[in-house]
Amino acid sequence: MEILGRVFNVFLAIAVGSGGVIALFIALNYAVERLPYKWRSRLLPWVFVGPALLVLGLILVIPTLITIFYSFFGPATETFVGLKNYIFAFTNNDMQVALINNVLWIVLVTGVSVSVGLILAVLMDRVSYEPIAKSVIFTPMAISFVGASVIWRFVYAYRPEGDNQIGLLNAIVTSLGFDPVGWLVERVNFLGANVLGTTALLAIMIWLQTGFCMVLLSAAVKGIPKDMIEAARIDGANEFQIFWRITIPTIRSTMTVVATTIIVLVLKLFDIVWVMTNGNFGTEVVASRMIKEMFKFNNYGRGSAIATILLIAVVPIIIYNIHRFRKQEENQ
Amino acid sequence: MGKKVFLATGSILGLSLLLGACTPTAEESTGERAEPTRTVTLLSPMTGEQKQQLERVLAPFTEATGIEVAYEGANAFATVLPVRVESGDPPDVAMFPQPGLLQRFAQAGELVPLDTFMSRTQLEKSYPRQWLELGSVNDRAYGLWYSASVKSLVWYNPQEFQRQGYSIPQTWSEMMQLSEQIVDDGKIPWCLGIDSGETTGWVGTDWIEDIMLRTAGARVYDQWVNHEIPFTHSAVKNAFEEFGEIARNSEYVVGGVVGVLSTPYGDSVNGLFRQPPRCYLHRQGSFIESFFPQDVTLGEDADVFPLPPMSEGEDVPLLVAGDVFAMFNDTPEARALMQYLASPKPHEAWARLGGYLSPHRQVSLDTYPNEVTRRQAELLMNAETIRFDGSDLMPPSVGTGTFWSGVVNYLNGKELDRVLQNIEDSWPEES
Repeated sequence: MEILGRVFNVFLAIAVGSGGVIALFIALNYAVERLPYKWRSRLLPWVFVGPALLVLGLILVIPTLITIFYSFFGPATETFVGLKNYIFAFTNNDMQVALINNVLWIVLVTGVSVSVGLILAVLMDRVSYEPIAKSVIFTPMAISFVGASVIWRFVYAYRPEGDNQIGLLNAIVTSLGFDPVGWLVERVNFLGANVLGTTALLAIMIWLQTGFCMVLLSAAVKGIPKDMIEAARIDGANEFQIFWRITIPTIRSTMTVVATTIIVLVLKLFDIVWVMTNGNFGTEVVASRMIKEMFKFNNYGRGSAIATILLIAVVPIIIYNIHRFRKQEENQ
Repeated sequence: MGKKVFLATGSILGLSLLLGACTPTAEESTGERAEPTRTVTLLSPMTGEQKQQLERVLAPFTEATGIEVAYEGANAFATVLPVRVESGDPPDVAMFPQPGLLQRFAQAGELVPLDTFMSRTQLEKSYPRQWLELGSVNDRAYGLWYSASVKSLVWYNPQEFQRQGYSIPQTWSEMMQLSEQIVDDGKIPWCLGIDSGETTGWVGTDWIEDIMLRTAGARVYDQWVNHEIPFTHSAVKNAFEEFGEIARNSEYVVGGVVGVLSTPYGDSVNGLFRQPPRCYLHRQGSFIESFFPQDVTLGEDADVFPLPPMSEGEDVPLLVAGDVFAMFNDTPEARALMQYLASPKPHEAWARLGGYLSPHRQVSLDTYPNEVTRRQAELLMNAETIRFDGSDLMPPSVGTGTFWSGVVNYLNGKELDRVLQNIEDSWPEES
């Protein structure tokens, strides 16, 4: 009985919720229609965009402003500390390591997943079993970051020499007669950051995102007019020349969109690091640092400052993207 | 202040988005019963098997009083609880794994002091002074201690010790000599694994706290925990180095430093029971027995001795941890639950289930199911010096932040002076 009641309530909530929104639009639309013609055309767009803007303002703009405001305050957001949180963010040793790692993540994850995705997209355009091959590569995309991290923990798992290796990589390494390697732990240092460990972590992200890049780029590759390639062939261009001179320039805008999506994703990434190493062994990233300051150390000021820095880091990418969109619109 | 406004806007928004989703289920479920079900909500970090044990221990309470315990186990307890309190929705009662967080809430006036409904004499009859103080702020008691864990224990396999002719060391140097002897026999003395996912580092800080108590004494230990001496102090450096003598010595630990850093703490103890053993010594708290392989018999294959003092005849200080209950909402149901928890009944019930020690004075040693547990309870009762896990008492940015990662970095090869300076720098200026 109770379960039936709950199910009923859920349906009621959905009906009232979405029905209410529809009723709101109809009512506002009706009200605007009554107005004189001159007013109508001016107000009508706001009737439809207004509620969305209002909700967006409430859940996005106001919290953003509050976060920026808090970033100038102490741990309990009570005392004003000026730029101290920002000075901390750039001078603290752990934060510097995190910043260096983030650069590594952006360059490698974006570079590798976009280029591998592109190569796969071009190659798969020519095989008969394309759908199957594509879905295999796309599948990891359906796994959450935390789920993927758990899977990869078993890939990188280390057991002392003489124990049964339960990790895939170490099972291979030891069967070839080498000593097991602590993939995440053994440091290859670069300015305090752990290059081997960080690479092992960002490989997970590449594994997850390459399929996404491939699918989008593949759609773009298929959009290249066949006669253009035909013409190039007749002019004597080889496959590499076609790839560099025709494929890449034609799909450049798609590549930019895909690359910016990945960069934004990388900037907010924390779950892989959280699950795999918790930022130890020099593998910290900025976003996991933010979560720690905020929810583990209850230092809302520092957490907000790091969040603001991440926000500012994304702004140029967004501006560039909007700029590109505008240009595209003009061309059409 | 500001946070509350922010959370309030958030919750109003959440509500308005859900529109009619609020349901009157509470009234529905009581059905025909005349009296509505009386409940007390309880939030605790215990999940899985521990949660089931807790529920078994609380079952007699519900039977006797008719008060339901609405239990919620949160893995991310330290994250969830402050958010719940900030948003004005605290549980009636919470079980804290660290007194530090409890003290913070008590200082903020969020908790109900126990003396409003319990007499001081009742509390003093039930709990040793040191434990009561750990749950008090400004001389008012807030915390009811539930379970205790003795950390200064070295686990070993008595059968293997006998076979090899090893004897239990009485001093720190005897323990190091034993380690050396085991190496000379072509074996590895210590099993040590500190991997603990999101909480990696605590195994190492426990070691250092234990060593601090032995090398610097309880007074310096207290100064260190309260930040009256800096982390860069020579006593702290010395403790790190003593720990490094064992943990960074690739002949002393299974798998070398990489093995220490990447072995989960629950797995590492298994090396004691392998044939042939991977190691002979394992320093870990009383709770580790729940990680033993099924076929291990306590007392036969596994036994403990206290981590020895520096020199002979010295008192053996104990490093402890524990779980403590405190009350957020002053309801009759919450009071009843706290009264029940203060009585020896639930403590004894859990003690019989095993894998548990109680700081409660009225729990008789005979209640414990086996010799090994009884010995630990005896150690706990008789110890002259008891100190709570220091990292749990320090501010979180140090205790569960830089101190944890600092130990990991030290083992991972970072220079000790820089590690200590980094921890010192992270100590918050305002408390």
